[in-house]
Amino acid sequence: MSAQVRKLIVIAAIWLILLLAPYWMPPLGGYTALATRVLVLGLAAMSVNFLLGFTGVLSFGHAAFFGLGAYGTGLTLKYLVASTPLSIIAGILLGGVIGAVLGALIVRRRGVYFAMVTIAFGQVFYYIAFQWSSLTGGDDGLRGFSRQPLDFGLFKIDILTSSDAFYFFVLACFAIAVALMGFILRSPFGRTMIAIRENERRARFLGIPIERHIWIAFTLSCFFMAFAGALYALVNNFADPRGLHYSQSGDFVIMAVMGGMRTFWGPLLGAAVFVILQDYLSSVTVNWMSFIGLLFVAVVLFFPRGLLGVFQRRSEA
Amino acid sequence: MNEQSMNVLEIDNAVKRFGSLVAVGGVSMSVPKGELRAIIGPNGAGKTTFFNLISGFFAPTSGTIKFDGRDITAVSTHQRVKLGMARTFQVTEIFPELTVFENVRISTEVAAGYGLRAWVSRAERAAIESRVAEALALVGLSAKADRLVGELSHGDQRASEIAMALALRPHLLLLDEPTAGMGDQETHDIAKLIRRLHRESNFTIVLIEHDMRVVFHLADRISVLDQGRLLAEGTPKEIAANDSVQAAYLGKAA
Repeated sequence: MSAQVRKLIVIAAIWLILLLAPYWMPPLGGYTALATRVLVLGLAAMSVNFLLGFTGVLSFGHAAFFGLGAYGTGLTLKYLVASTPLSIIAGILLGGVIGAVLGALIVRRRGVYFAMVTIAFGQVFYYIAFQWSSLTGGDDGLRGFSRQPLDFGLFKIDILTSSDAFYFFVLACFAIAVALMGFILRSPFGRTMIAIRENERRARFLGIPIERHIWIAFTLSCFFMAFAGALYALVNNFADPRGLHYSQSGDFVIMAVMGGMRTFWGPLLGAAVFVILQDYLSSVTVNWMSFIGLLFVAVVLFFPRGLLGVFQRRSEA
Repeated sequence: MNEQSMNVLEIDNAVKRFGSLVAVGGVSMSVPKGELRAIIGPNGAGKTTFFNLISGFFAPTSGTIKFDGRDITAVSTHQRVKLGMARTFQVTEIFPELTVFENVRISTEVAAGYGLRAWVSRAERAAIESRVAEALALVGLSAKADRLVGELSHGDQRASEIAMALALRPHLLLLDEPTAGMGDQETHDIAKLIRRLHRESNFTIVLIEHDMRVVFHLADRISVLDQGRLLAEGTPKEIAANDSVQAAYLGKAA
């Protein structure tokens, strides 16, 4: 079997598993809303990884753009229009545009300095959401909005009360975002991202304007992140200031690294492990994070390329 | 055409200081079109710093650098590449986890101006692939196109790096110690490759080299740097007979 065929089979299997999740998860003790969370946080982890795994740039403040996406969507639904698609677009634009502006300010920083500056920017937005109670609900989070049925003119899809319908809606959004990501990574621009990750000096002397390319990758990643945040606001009809906090950024990085940051699908697997363990462990103990932490340490020690990195290595050979 | 515009590279009184250290202390040099120029000198003579000034890795403290008659002192690295300047490094700089083909393809796509493109047509892709094949054939790596560069021998990694530089279609090629860390056979192969590239195409080549056999075998002219200054310049014969060069460099090496 050629590598190409094997790849197609793997991709078909991934989509089949995702498509059928509402049917196989409940018998295994899960529930559809859990699968929805996996998709949304998986998209967020993949967005972080778009920058971390494929450009080699670590942002530790990406939750800011996740949270901005969530608040943008929530505020639009609450105060502006009762339309799910429009509110999502508003959330994406809010997170993405702010990401583009901040990105332009920091692309010259590298490594630890870049990570530190992203944490600082992230915390700024966290405190804004935390303090500006009249608009954002402060510590209690933004409530009082709910996702609206999708109106296609001829028919409506009720994504509010039917958790299965909402799952498929999120899956469709996920598919669009992921297809776009895959398309970009396969393009000449995507290859310049990988070139920067592999060897920045070489890339520079091939004539790649490094800062411009990192800025574009950062901005794209913020748009994807805001998309995930927008969907997250719709999952619970709630936007939480902790969604902007740097510890949330850390969780996304953990998901990406645990799943395999050099792989395209790894962060989704990482998010699935993280979310499902969290769901299960938090019903047993309040110290659930310690166990996820232990697992993370074990993965980093024994599978430095991440859970999916192990397989990828074999299939490449 | 006057004599000046024939020079691909004209460096006028280039100085580079790092704090109180003077790495390059006022070097002037002209390299005519089509020449193969070797830069030699003892360790710490400022050769690589000098190269970094030419390729724009950092700006000179003072002095000017002209490329094809145009002042490029303040021009960014990637713009210099666009103008037709390509370089390799003392320590091979490649994309180790990609294949030879992928390494050269990135270089080719950037040179074709596709760096920001999200999409290439079938015809464009075919054109890119044939240019990659051409560059690989030129350095003799066609058979290893699908191997990961990180897994190749040192000599083949060097050849890959040269192929990446060639794919940029430069007319000035800067090679920083192309035979560094190589055994006799590999050194011989790379020297042969450089000679062939120089003969077959219109390149101007400037190379830094420690291996004197390679230098005297390849170079049209040699510039000797010592302690950040230009000590001597001339044909291999003149340099071999130059007393101060003997004292400062060759004498010490022997």
